[in-house]
Amino acid sequence: MESIPVEHGLILAAILFSIGLIGVLTRRNIVFVLMSLEIMLNAGGLAFIVGAARWGHAEGQIMFLMIITLAAAEVAVGLGLIIQMFRRYKTVDINVLSEMKG
Amino acid sequence: MQELIWLLPTYPLLGFLALVLTAGRLPKNVVAIIGAGSVGLSFLTAAIIAAQFLASGEEYFIKEVWTWMAVGGFTPGFNFYLDGLSLVMMLVITGVGFLIHLYATGYMADDPGYSRFFSYMNLFVAAMLMLVLGDNLVLLYLGWEGVGLCSYLLIGFWYTNPDNGYAARKAFVVTRVGDTAMALGLFLLFAELGTLNIQDMLHAAEAEWEIGNGLAVAAALLLLGGAVGKSAQLPLQTWLPDAMAGPTPISALIHAATMVTAGVYLIARTHILFELAPNVQELVGWVGLITLLMAGFIALTQSDIKRILAFSTMSQIGYMFLALGVGAWSAGILHLMTHAFFKALLFLASGTVILSLHHEQDIFKMGALRQKLPVSFFSFLLGSLALTAFPYTSGYFSKDEILIAAHGMEGPGMIFFYGGVFGAFLTGIYTFRLFFIVFFGESKAAHPPEQEYGGWNMNGPLILLMILSVVGGFIAVPLDPLFGDHEEHHISGLLHAFMIAVPLIGIAISACFFYFKIWSVEKLMASSFAQSLHKFWNSGWGFDWLYDRLFVLPFLWLARINRADIIDSFYGLVVEVSRAANGMIVKTQSGYLRWYALSIAAGLVVLITIGVML
Amino acid sequence: MILLWLISILFIGGIIAWLSERINPNYPRLIALVTVLLDLLLMFSLLGAEPGDGGWVASVDAGWIPRFGISFYLAADGLSVLLLLLTAFLGVIAIGSAWDEIKEQAGFFYFNLLWTLAGVLGVFTALDLFLFFFFWEVMLIPMYFIIAIWGHENKNYAAMKFFIFTQVTGMLMLISILLLAYFHYVQYGALSFNYHDLLAVQTAGRLEMWIMLGFFIAFTTKLPSVPFHSWLPDAHSQAPTAGSVILAGILLKTGAYGLIRFAVPLFPEASMSFAPVAMTLAAISILYCAKVAFAQADIKRLIAYTSVSHMGFVTLGVYAWNEQALQGAVMTMLAHGLSAAALFMLAGGLQHRIHTRNMTDMGGFWAKVPRMAVVALFFSVAALGMPGLGNFIGEFLALLGAFQANITLTVISAFGLIFASVYSLWVIQKVFQGEYANAEFDDSHLSDLTRREMVYFGAMMIGLIWMGMYPQSFLELSQPVLVELINSTESAIAAVVQN
Repeated sequence: MESIPVEHGLILAAILFSIGLIGVLTRRNIVFVLMSLEIMLNAGGLAFIVGAARWGHAEGQIMFLMIITLAAAEVAVGLGLIIQMFRRYKTVDINVLSEMKG
Repeated sequence: MQELIWLLPTYPLLGFLALVLTAGRLPKNVVAIIGAGSVGLSFLTAAIIAAQFLASGEEYFIKEVWTWMAVGGFTPGFNFYLDGLSLVMMLVITGVGFLIHLYATGYMADDPGYSRFFSYMNLFVAAMLMLVLGDNLVLLYLGWEGVGLCSYLLIGFWYTNPDNGYAARKAFVVTRVGDTAMALGLFLLFAELGTLNIQDMLHAAEAEWEIGNGLAVAAALLLLGGAVGKSAQLPLQTWLPDAMAGPTPISALIHAATMVTAGVYLIARTHILFELAPNVQELVGWVGLITLLMAGFIALTQSDIKRILAFSTMSQIGYMFLALGVGAWSAGILHLMTHAFFKALLFLASGTVILSLHHEQDIFKMGALRQKLPVSFFSFLLGSLALTAFPYTSGYFSKDEILIAAHGMEGPGMIFFYGGVFGAFLTGIYTFRLFFIVFFGESKAAHPPEQEYGGWNMNGPLILLMILSVVGGFIAVPLDPLFGDHEEHHISGLLHAFMIAVPLIGIAISACFFYFKIWSVEKLMASSFAQSLHKFWNSGWGFDWLYDRLFVLPFLWLARINRADIIDSFYGLVVEVSRAANGMIVKTQSGYLRWYALSIAAGLVVLITIGVML
Repeated sequence: MILLWLISILFIGGIIAWLSERINPNYPRLIALVTVLLDLLLMFSLLGAEPGDGGWVASVDAGWIPRFGISFYLAADGLSVLLLLLTAFLGVIAIGSAWDEIKEQAGFFYFNLLWTLAGVLGVFTALDLFLFFFFWEVMLIPMYFIIAIWGHENKNYAAMKFFIFTQVTGMLMLISILLLAYFHYVQYGALSFNYHDLLAVQTAGRLEMWIMLGFFIAFTTKLPSVPFHSWLPDAHSQAPTAGSVILAGILLKTGAYGLIRFAVPLFPEASMSFAPVAMTLAAISILYCAKVAFAQADIKRLIAYTSVSHMGFVTLGVYAWNEQALQGAVMTMLAHGLSAAALFMLAGGLQHRIHTRNMTDMGGFWAKVPRMAVVALFFSVAALGMPGLGNFIGEFLALLGAFQANITLTVISAFGLIFASVYSLWVIQKVFQGEYANAEFDDSHLSDLTRREMVYFGAMMIGLIWMGMYPQSFLELSQPVLVELINSTESAIAAVVQN
């Protein structure tokens, strides 16, 4: 079986990461921001997998498992916060929610 | 008894303290007794001390009371020094001072500030005695500033009128300019000679400096600066006419008889120093001459009775300076004494006139007061005669000696002589102009007097001063041992007759204008040149105008533009810069999440780029 | 040991005064007064004490941080004793002036007051430079609170300005102290902050100048002198009266004391070559601030500027560095302490009565408040240098000494005497003379000085007359100290010249 070249995997990860980053930077709806963050996390995870496959180590896989748990925890806390925010401010627009100005 | 010389300033000082601490709660007669009594007591003590001193035949007497301060060789003390010069001064101050105090008990009788007035007066006498009795220049400086302070307080005595306050401050600040010069003179003398004890200092100066030494010249000039300030001579003369804002007894005591002659005393006291600096001594003569002529011209044009007398005082002190300038020390001091008599007399008499006319000071609103105010009339008559050096009055002897001495001087002596004679001519005109306008002619008073103001306490001093003005010239002043054997000057009989006649011609001219009315002032004033000259002299040769523009206005301008203190604006700038920097950095803290995320990402990119490139 | 007591009594008294407020709001002021009076009494025992080694009448030396050569070393000689007495005396006066004025948080106020005083006592006695710096800060922070909490309309700005000026320049001094200690380490192999040890340190040329400047700037900011003076008018015009009294009467003197005790003796050579600059700054201070003072309408700002002007004579005297000049500087410190404190109390008293400091609104108060007018006249006249009062002795001696060091600058400075008369008499004219004016304020509380106030002013008047008529009692205390300082710096310079 012809293995996928490692560059392809990494480029995919980079593209996913960039998509996530752009999402974080441009979306105003906080739910989308959270989703974009998930994409970035998974892009990171993908990079680990690719690395692990390339070198034949298990740490990459372990790392990915940790990222999945972390993402789950983050979504749980994040969504909880978003619901609280929505209840209090009746909006999910982060520009409106911005209060920490210097 | 001489040991008790410290009592002289102590009595009035105690009087001052008593009046200040009771703060006007004492009844008026008690105030009068304390105020005039303390000075009277001083006079009695002074008279006894003087008699003993003269009987003892000593040249001088020193009473050390306590060391003021002792700092590394600088040891001025509260020590009193009595010799012929300070003897004359202390007798004049306490004697004339007492008479004026007595007069003031009547003059100020209706004033609400009665107690305040006498407290200042007593403090003045105490300070003045310190000035003339101190054996060192620092103690003299204490008295010097003390009399300046009292002068300030008394000129501004009626404080509700801001003009009086202005006159008082002007007097203080202008004399302070001279005082500062004098203080610098003291620093110089101490730095060079190592002592400020007057006698030691003079001996050291004689020993260390030859005639014409630059340091001696500088020191003498600086002391002269102090003297011209206090004695209202050119160029610091502008304060004296304004000082007439004070009550009239003040004008008599401070601005005629005593304080303004302090400059003469200072120069006579340090005459050795001036002899070491002949140029400065000659300058003293020039200052005196120019001042006496200028003041004489100004007096011709004034209409306020007290201002005329003020300019006349300035002019007479000019004669004293002239005497000092030609080295006629004794004559200068003699003139100081006789001037104290007749000028105090004139001022006090003018006080009676002013009060009798309900505070009228304009001589053109007086007239025909001869019968109504007999005491004033005779006072003015005798005082004016003495002032114009009418033969055998007191002023005659002193002025005579001064002019003869000037005649005998080499160099500018002739100018001094003829200038002085011309000054006497002017004196004759302006004095009798005042006299004729006030006491003769028609009454122009708004409120013609019913009777002459004043009881025995006002008329008594006037009568005594009248006597002194006439016979004061016969008093033998014990000054010869102090100033050495001054050479006898002689002038030809013709010249002497000329000298005596000139003031009489002045009187005659005055009479033609103002008594006989043969000539008329209106005709004289017809030309525009005469008018502008009149205006120029009336404004005191424009000195006030000049000084306002040279010093006062620039100072006010500087003060006004820099009210907010320009140095502070530098720190304001520092604040502004840090605020601006803060404002810029604060912009980065926008509160937008994506901005932070972007900056994190951008930072990461930059770091990775750098890492890769390296 | 007594020095430790003097300081700790104030620290402890401060805490008790604070706590006692809960029991009764009138207790703090009583406790503060008793504490300071106790201190004053204790100080009198220093007057009779026989000077021991090196002229110190009392000293405490205990280890503090031995590893860095820092010790708790306090000592007092004649100069310190004079300033200690001034501090305690003005402390009593300050408490008196706050007696009726401070009603809010009185406990905390007197706590701050006493701690400031404690800090000042520490500054005047500390002979370990680290300890000196410590006390320097101790007196600063409570003072900051006094201005910031009990001040007037613009208090936060003024307090912050005061704090930043002193703190920044204090930091410069700290750097200089550390450098000096470091040089001691380099030369003698051990760190030391002890004054006597540091006197022996040799620093060379350019660097010595920089280290000296650290001290100089810190001290002349406190003094203050042009160009570091501009915190003072703000601090004074905003501070409560007691704050002004402490600030003008005592805190400024710590700067002068620092110059005499530390800046010049530690760096004799640099100081002497720097002297013309310092004296020029002094002359500028004298004239410039006298002129700015004249232009002020706010009476407290005016007095503040006059303080700067008078302190110029101190700088002038210190850098002339001969006996007359130094004695003049010390006498000016003492006399100005009293006269400026009294003038600020008068201004504070006026503000308390009519709620304005603006002189253009005032006029003709003489008839209404004659006692106050006479007192004001007395202190104004003292301030303008009338012979017979303390300020004259100080300024005259300072100028007399300075004349021997630098004629030109002395002549320029002497013009300050003229300017002083201009602004002093101007205040009297504006406030007390002329027609009575009360259009701009409510004069229902404009009453004459109370008996209590007269006691305070009377005490200060007697003090000034004493200083003016018999200054020997003060001069004798400081004389041996100053002579010793002059001799040691002269020999230090001579040693350098020989090398």
